[in-house]
Amino acid sequence: MQAIGPSPFLFIGAVLFVCGVICMTTKRNGIGILMGVELVLNAANLNFITFSRFTPLGLDGQVFSLFVIVLAAAEAAVALAIALNFYNNHLTIDVDRGDELHG
Amino acid sequence: MTAQIILFWLFAFLTCAGAILVAVSQNVVRMAFSLVLTLGSTAVLFLLLGADFVGATQLLVYVGGTLVLLVFGVMLTATGPFTRIKSSPADAILSGLIGVVFLFIVASTVTAVDWDGGNGVAQKIAMGTHAKAVEGGFNPTQQGNTTRPLGLSFLSLRADRDLKLGLPKELSGEINTAPVVPGMAAATPGTTLLPKTSALLSTGYLLPFEIVSVHLLVVLVGAAYLARTKRRATT
Amino acid sequence: MDTLFAANSLAEFFQALLALVGVPVSASTAYVIAVVTHVALVVGWFGLPAGLFIWAERKISARIQDRLGPTRVGGKFGWLQSLADGAKLIQKEDLVPKDADGLMFRMAPYIVVVASLAAYLALPFSDGWTAVALDTGVFLTLAVLSLEVLGVILAGYSSGSKWALFGAIRESAQMVSYEIPMALCALCPIVTAGTLNLNEVALLQSGGVWNWNILHPFNFFAFFVYFTCATASCKRAPFDLAEAESELVAGFLTEYSGFRWSLFFLAEYASMFLVSGLATVLFLGGWDDGLGILAGFKAAAPSGVGSFLANAIGMLFFLVKASVLVCVQIWVRWTLPRLRIDQVMTTCLKYLIPISCFLFAGTVAYPLVLVTMSGKTSIIGQPAGERLVQPKKAAGVSSAGATTESHLRITASGTEGGGR
Repeated sequence: MQAIGPSPFLFIGAVLFVCGVICMTTKRNGIGILMGVELVLNAANLNFITFSRFTPLGLDGQVFSLFVIVLAAAEAAVALAIALNFYNNHLTIDVDRGDELHG
Repeated sequence: MTAQIILFWLFAFLTCAGAILVAVSQNVVRMAFSLVLTLGSTAVLFLLLGADFVGATQLLVYVGGTLVLLVFGVMLTATGPFTRIKSSPADAILSGLIGVVFLFIVASTVTAVDWDGGNGVAQKIAMGTHAKAVEGGFNPTQQGNTTRPLGLSFLSLRADRDLKLGLPKELSGEINTAPVVPGMAAATPGTTLLPKTSALLSTGYLLPFEIVSVHLLVVLVGAAYLARTKRRATT
Repeated sequence: MDTLFAANSLAEFFQALLALVGVPVSASTAYVIAVVTHVALVVGWFGLPAGLFIWAERKISARIQDRLGPTRVGGKFGWLQSLADGAKLIQKEDLVPKDADGLMFRMAPYIVVVASLAAYLALPFSDGWTAVALDTGVFLTLAVLSLEVLGVILAGYSSGSKWALFGAIRESAQMVSYEIPMALCALCPIVTAGTLNLNEVALLQSGGVWNWNILHPFNFFAFFVYFTCATASCKRAPFDLAEAESELVAGFLTEYSGFRWSLFFLAEYASMFLVSGLATVLFLGGWDDGLGILAGFKAAAPSGVGSFLANAIGMLFFLVKASVLVCVQIWVRWTLPRLRIDQVMTTCLKYLIPISCFLFAGTVAYPLVLVTMSGKTSIIGQPAGERLVQPKKAAGVSSAGATTESHLRITASGTEGGGR
């Protein structure tokens, strides 16, 4: 029985990344865009952990993914505060409506 | 091994299915719960990769914290029950096409590379049989017990690099006999001894750790300031 | 035969057992079998004693309210009342309201049940009697336990009823807030022990009641804060704002009936027992009898049938301690009035979080101050280092026992690698 090498994990990372990018570009709901960002960060995390397992990167990969998780939580908190502000000003979360600066 | 492979494919499928559902779903709450599926399954993949602490952190911080926050945000910004903000069909088709092409490019790139230079090292590490990996200690994930090495690295001590393990073979004989921490019994040779060549000491992650903690404090204050109650704009 | 009974964990037990009957399996396969068995045991355990706890809750509440409670089903004391309840609930129609989001409405109870039962993964019932002896035990248990809230939010949101939605929003606010002091107070004994592994935390407290963490001055207060927050995290009164029946009909449970409703109930009792078990391991010595008899017995019989029996008796001690804590939760529910939602949030944000931060800082500073002043790391009981010098090799014949010992040695030297 063959063990699973790094490639399947990297492929999952690729799927997560592409789904996240698609999510960020197509969603009009501000919180949906935030979810796309989370997916992309998660893809990066998966790659970090994969390389920490299969290459001499060692624990560095895990430390980096921990930092990514923490910073993603911080990013979500700030982005959510911005989304709430947006909702307070526009009474909707549709980001296409936030076009006041459009000349 | 067999059980691990079955678990891997199960959770790989769940991860990808959840991610695709996030991308195609129009209902934001369904998106949020597909995201729960994805992130939870990724945490299991982390555990399968031997990163137990990161997997648990993923569950605690991401799934239990960030996503609850997101769902909370969804509820606070919903204008009616089960709100949907739809993208136009043309957008959806176009983005689907671009997504498939993009996935093809990225996936074929990452899977085409031979990550261990044809040595089969990665394969051996994956099977837990590579003697040098185990001996060299750059694979502390073998037992899935990474909590202590991670904690030490945040205290600027690299257990996997500095404590003989993971040193090049020609240096591993030259070890200092002094204990690392005063009062610590240097009981197990090779785990509690520092290398004599202190130039090889790595710095660890104390500074980034402190920066991140200050960063979190700033974010806490900033988010509280941004989201504070204000008079709602009149329609 | 010896290796079979001295199996340090369920997985090794199965590996030894299957090798004995001539079917050798790999370690990971044995792990999967062990996990499945453990889950089956846990579900079985909550199929029977969840009923026991529900019956106990009915009887205790009745006595508190000067009633008799169930008296008919199954004899004088109504022993079989829970069985009758279960039969009634399964027969009920499985309703999904017209306005609900059907798929998510049906899925929510399963998320709650899976989260609260999966948290038993790392909980040791006796020395080494755990499904997976994880080094991140406490951390993972708290993480999995925090997933339960997602199911509750999903249930409330997908019901399509404003009462359910109110319940869900209250629940999410309450859970996100109460997780912080709960985790901080769970960290206090972790810092004292220097390990996140629940088995090691309990082993460090074995040998007598004077070694239990609850007698540590800061952990003593941390225990009560932890128990308060744990009650809140189980949505038990006086923190049952999510289903406050006098304000919100039944909160997030409003639209549920029959089997799905009983799943929520099952999950509630499962997580009640889980947080009580966690408190037992962290603060109350785990499976220790408090007099050092069991520990001495295990030191005398480090392997074989004697060790197995000692572990089984230890499990009984563990179950009794945890059940007593569950009964305290029941007692509190029926004697304290429900708080208002603003009081709940004030209690957490203005009182419990500062208190738990202080307790955490105190626990970290305590041994340092004590060493500076008196040269010992504890006043009551043996210092952790001395407890470790006497080898507690009850089941130490396996490799897992050896790693435990080397971990403990690192712990004793005072590096707080796991604590950070």
